[in-house]
Amino acid sequence: MNTFLDKYNDEIQSILAKYPEDQKRSAVMPLLYLAQREKMYVSEKDMGEIGEVLGLDSTEVGSIVGFYTLYYDKADGRTRIQVCTDLPCALRGADAFAAGICERLGIKLGETTPDGKVTVEGVMCLAACDKAPMFQVQNGDGLSYHENQTVESAMELIEKLK
Amino acid sequence: MTPNVTLTIDNQTVTVPEGTLVVDAAKLIGIDIPVFCYHPKMAPVGMCRMCLVDVGRPVIDRATGQPVLDDDGNPVINFNPKLETGCTVTVSEGMVVHGKTDNVQEARNEVIEFILTSHPLDCPVCDKGGECPLQNLTMHFGPGTSRFVFDDKIHFSKNIPLGDLIYLDRERCIQCARCTRFQDEIADDPVIGFFNRGRRLEIITFSDPGFDSYWSGNTTDICPVGALTTADFRFGARPWELNSAASICNQCPVGCNITFNTRREVKSGGGFAIKRAMPRQNEAVNEIWLCDKGRFSSYTLGESDKRISQPMIRVDGDLKPVEWGAALDYIAEKLGALDGSLLSVASGRLSNEDLYNLRKFTTHLNGETALYTHLAGGDLVTRVGLSQGSNLGDLGKGDAILVVASDLEEEAPVWWLRVKQAAERGATVVVANPRSTKLDRAATHKLRYIYGQELTVLDRLPEEFTKSENTVIFYGSEGLGLAGSAKLAEGLAGWLVNTGRSGKANNGLVAVHPRANDQGAWELGYRPNADLAASMAKSAALYIAGADPLGDTGMEAPEAFMIVQDVIMTRTAEAADVVLPASTFTERDGSYTSGERRVQRFYATVPALPGTRPDFTITAQIAVRFGLEIEGRFAPRIFSALAEEVESYSGLTYVAISRTEEQWPIVGRSDMYYGGTTYENSLGLGVQLPAGDGSFEGAWKAPSGKEVSGLTAVPVTVLYDQGSVISQSKTLAPRLAQPHVIVSASDAGELGLENGSIASVQVNGREIELSVRLDESVPAGFVLVPRSMGLNLEAPAPVKVRVLEKELA
Amino acid sequence: MEHILLRHRDIPNINQLDVYMQHGGFEAFKKVVTTMKPEEVVEEVFKSGLRGRGGAGFPTGLKWRFIDKNNSPRYVVANADESEPGTFKDREIMEGNPFQFFEGVMICAYAVGANAAYNYMRGEFWELAYVLDARIADMEKAGLLGENLFGTDFSLRIYNHLGAGAYICGEETALLESLEGKLGQPRLRPPFPPSFGLYGKPTIVNNVETLANVPKIIENGWEWYKSIGTDKSPGPKIFSLSGNVEKPGNYELPLGSTFRELIYEHGGGITGGRAIKAIMPAGASSAIIVANDKALDTPMDYEQVQNVGSLLGSASIIVMDETVSMDWLVQKTLHFFEHESCGKCTPCREGTYWMTHLVDDFVDGGAGVEKVELLYDVARQIEGKCLCALGEFSIQAVLTGIERFPDDWKEKTLKSEAPVTA
Repeated sequence: MNTFLDKYNDEIQSILAKYPEDQKRSAVMPLLYLAQREKMYVSEKDMGEIGEVLGLDSTEVGSIVGFYTLYYDKADGRTRIQVCTDLPCALRGADAFAAGICERLGIKLGETTPDGKVTVEGVMCLAACDKAPMFQVQNGDGLSYHENQTVESAMELIEKLK
Repeated sequence: MTPNVTLTIDNQTVTVPEGTLVVDAAKLIGIDIPVFCYHPKMAPVGMCRMCLVDVGRPVIDRATGQPVLDDDGNPVINFNPKLETGCTVTVSEGMVVHGKTDNVQEARNEVIEFILTSHPLDCPVCDKGGECPLQNLTMHFGPGTSRFVFDDKIHFSKNIPLGDLIYLDRERCIQCARCTRFQDEIADDPVIGFFNRGRRLEIITFSDPGFDSYWSGNTTDICPVGALTTADFRFGARPWELNSAASICNQCPVGCNITFNTRREVKSGGGFAIKRAMPRQNEAVNEIWLCDKGRFSSYTLGESDKRISQPMIRVDGDLKPVEWGAALDYIAEKLGALDGSLLSVASGRLSNEDLYNLRKFTTHLNGETALYTHLAGGDLVTRVGLSQGSNLGDLGKGDAILVVASDLEEEAPVWWLRVKQAAERGATVVVANPRSTKLDRAATHKLRYIYGQELTVLDRLPEEFTKSENTVIFYGSEGLGLAGSAKLAEGLAGWLVNTGRSGKANNGLVAVHPRANDQGAWELGYRPNADLAASMAKSAALYIAGADPLGDTGMEAPEAFMIVQDVIMTRTAEAADVVLPASTFTERDGSYTSGERRVQRFYATVPALPGTRPDFTITAQIAVRFGLEIEGRFAPRIFSALAEEVESYSGLTYVAISRTEEQWPIVGRSDMYYGGTTYENSLGLGVQLPAGDGSFEGAWKAPSGKEVSGLTAVPVTVLYDQGSVISQSKTLAPRLAQPHVIVSASDAGELGLENGSIASVQVNGREIELSVRLDESVPAGFVLVPRSMGLNLEAPAPVKVRVLEKELA
Repeated sequence: MEHILLRHRDIPNINQLDVYMQHGGFEAFKKVVTTMKPEEVVEEVFKSGLRGRGGAGFPTGLKWRFIDKNNSPRYVVANADESEPGTFKDREIMEGNPFQFFEGVMICAYAVGANAAYNYMRGEFWELAYVLDARIADMEKAGLLGENLFGTDFSLRIYNHLGAGAYICGEETALLESLEGKLGQPRLRPPFPPSFGLYGKPTIVNNVETLANVPKIIENGWEWYKSIGTDKSPGPKIFSLSGNVEKPGNYELPLGSTFRELIYEHGGGITGGRAIKAIMPAGASSAIIVANDKALDTPMDYEQVQNVGSLLGSASIIVMDETVSMDWLVQKTLHFFEHESCGKCTPCREGTYWMTHLVDDFVDGGAGVEKVELLYDVARQIEGKCLCALGEFSIQAVLTGIERFPDDWKEKTLKSEAPVTA
């Protein structure tokens, strides 16, 4: 019984089709995004089931979760507000912007709102340096960019996402 | 032949084959370039940066292709402005390497300082302290003080178990990846890996059970710090307190060379206790590796609380302790008055010396011997087996290996490793088995057959196989009893002889025997008994050594006068008339002959448990009461007598099998960092027996087995079974398999079984409850019954399986 | 000047297939597949002098020449991992002018005999990846991708692949490891990807911008291309301008344009009319340039930026005004590199961690200048010892920030916060 395979069989097959037949391992990253879709983290069961699909040990799948920052191994806010606070954005006020959002939500950077819905974190450069302050939203559906933001516009969006 | 290149390292000239790495070239001439991540058994990765050296290469004139010379006629050397890692740079002609210059020494100091910034420096409480590459290299290179603020170190909780066998201390880990690479590249069990990245990298496992591999202990040998420790040795002793003794693992026919570490301690009443088993390098046998079964259970039989330490004789229905003299006299009395024949039953757990004396004595009384085994064909291995000069490590491109009817990693793990490596070197590896086994992953060709149809694979061998330069065939006892394995061995041996592949090195037949010295027993003339239970029932007296037929098969206690000689109390011993306590192999000298026909010596490691005697001594002491004077004290002299009498051992002596020569890679020297804590082999590489004559005359034959139709139970082997030896290991206890049967998916469907169901299994008139495991690769119509797990099948038999309860998923 | 790369700025909707084709799109691809031998394509690109736009500036045609023709299958991998702080040009190309980039991929694939190409995008380009999936579907529908293209025996497929947050995957061998489903850790080199790349097969890894140049080279010929830019650094370049400037953004200029031209003519000068203090020409990996007149008048190409003690790299020009203190800046770059160090080699793994602690102690913790001295020492200790370039990049700002701006490290009363100028 592989519940992951049962649930997403069509999508899994179309992902696998992108890579040579003997190189299924390449599909591990797209499959991890798929596993995160519902709960925004990858459980050990998911790792085992993805491993089964790809012929990998669950440890090999788990290693990938650990290395790449867009995968999570535990539950946190289902919506992640990821503010770029890297150098170019910081030169254009990103730190104050992030602090502003956090203040309005009553949390510190890196924390999750008390209702458990939203996590705000500072992240490294997102290749939108000319449109700072900016952030991306990551949730089960994927990622989206929000550029040239103010604290007001950001809060409006966050409220909607909640 | 690979052409050689000549280079200079620290002003010494060395000539090595093209493709050699600078670190290895240096090692050859005794120059130590320190390493952490590099290990000579694995591909270089250049991660730790410890082996930085200054590398110069001759300037080549583009027009002439010749080196440019300076005014003095010496080649102009162009040094790379950056230091290079000696573990990743291959040698080239005229290369000049400096490892002792100030800038190199400074660079190494700096790398050590970096490594130590995250290391807890808890050497006083670390198991590795005293044999630690990091500790040694820090003494050599490290800065005296650290500029790193201690409070900034990353802290982790200490000592988390990765599984039942291995513990991890993440603070000590220096992220060299030796362990993860070993598990991936060598063990093909990538069940440990890195999690996170950068300084937060840590070793993790998500396998179930954790660190699920038969090879996990090796990672503790090659770990260059105390990050990985074994469950049996951690906090057990300090390395400098340990003595060492060379030995041979007796868990399977591979014959891995090991070193036992011992120390005196309270636990043994001030006597010596074995603290751990370590690999001892033998590149022709186990290289520097051990499987976990060998590492964690090769020495635990001697520590069993089931040890017998006093002879016993049956008085009024009960076994009563007596003095040795009384027991031996009692035997003399009983055997002397015998009306009928003596049958001596011995297993391959006994050494050559034990078996030789037992056979001498039995023959003297006109009795018969029987080898206690379920695998036949050892006599054919004598005639067409591997011979002097063979080394599975030499097989590669152009050579071929067939593995038939054996789940090799379960039956003889290091052979699995060696065959897999041959495949990686380009050998054609054909794996023939009715179901998938781990060796399939390395196979160049997989052949499936139905149990009982083993020999059909000979008609389906691929062309590369039949055209190969050298050919080795392994056969095991997957699904086979004596009759089946005898037939299989005969067919395979015939193929080898008919295709001209016998009688030369690196060619021949290898039986994957169930015990360490089974091949030795066959070489000495022991043969199995086709119907052991019947023969035992017919005999007037039985002399059973190192075997537990009653416990294994559930047979009735025979009527005969029964002498049982063993290390621990067994079901058979409980039914005996006389019980003789034997010393275990760690308590005495002896030799085993491996499945590759390598005669290897083991040495007494600890004093014998008081009250016990070596098997060969006991037999000699009985023999002398019948007027037969045979050597019973000194193993070397028994071996000499054996060599005089047994043709294939002609000329062999303990001196010969104790010889060593330099092996590559060089490990086990004080540097530790190069090969790990494996021991250098200074006490014997063993000697392979000469080639046999290739004739089959007088080969042992079993009456053909009964045809079985319908659902058939077949015996198979699992490594972590519940055998009498492995079950004495406390370390491995949580890993031993629970009794189970394996059924095909289609049969399971018909029988209403699921994975985890409890089923009633009826076979050979016995009924037993076992849990069910599904394996899609098992052919329909067969129920696989692992040996030594409650229901020992001697041969395929009709079976009935009935579901008792289904486990809720 | 008409854009060569950012053509969407001149031609609306060129990110639609029909519009792109109306403007000569895929003519170059058709030309190479139907009329040129693969070697001729390689030579054309080689003669154009095109150099890799990902940062290293390696001659593209030379890389293509190295492809191992004796091994197959062969692959083309587009490096769209764009993660260097200050770099945002590849994203604009893929959003605005995606077909020109894809056409470059396709020409490259033909030139090296690859039948499959992967576009490895950083995971954050999620939305863009879905758009590009649709673009690929458009091309397949139009018969530009698939089997037997233009009736020849050349077949090609392109696949998008998303990373998941790792700067190191911009390093080409780490990218390949990642694409194989492994940790994004750099491989030992040699062997290089043209002989041992994806799945161990011959592979060309080129940056998005590099590939976007290729169709124009084929279309207009190498002589045309060489006439743009400087002799050793020909062609147009997209300069990503960010930091304390009035008009941050991408600017496509010929290589060899000066910093002054970019910052003051195109970028509208420093925000609020303040004085310029420093420039990082290659993102966070740069040696920091003191923005004096000599520096401002230096032409930006692969050679001449070295004359002011830095490298052009990916031309991610981060501008700092007079209010920015270098200790604050170095803290930012170090946190970046510490976070992105893959952990494979000791100096980078331990060194970036150590340096981060030292700079934090100084900037936030009130530690004295002895920490700065140690920071400098540790940076020097990392130098020249790392497995890949990331570790070396991590020390550039440290060394030059301390050497060239000593006043910023003297006392803690100097403000170490950046102004909010957006």
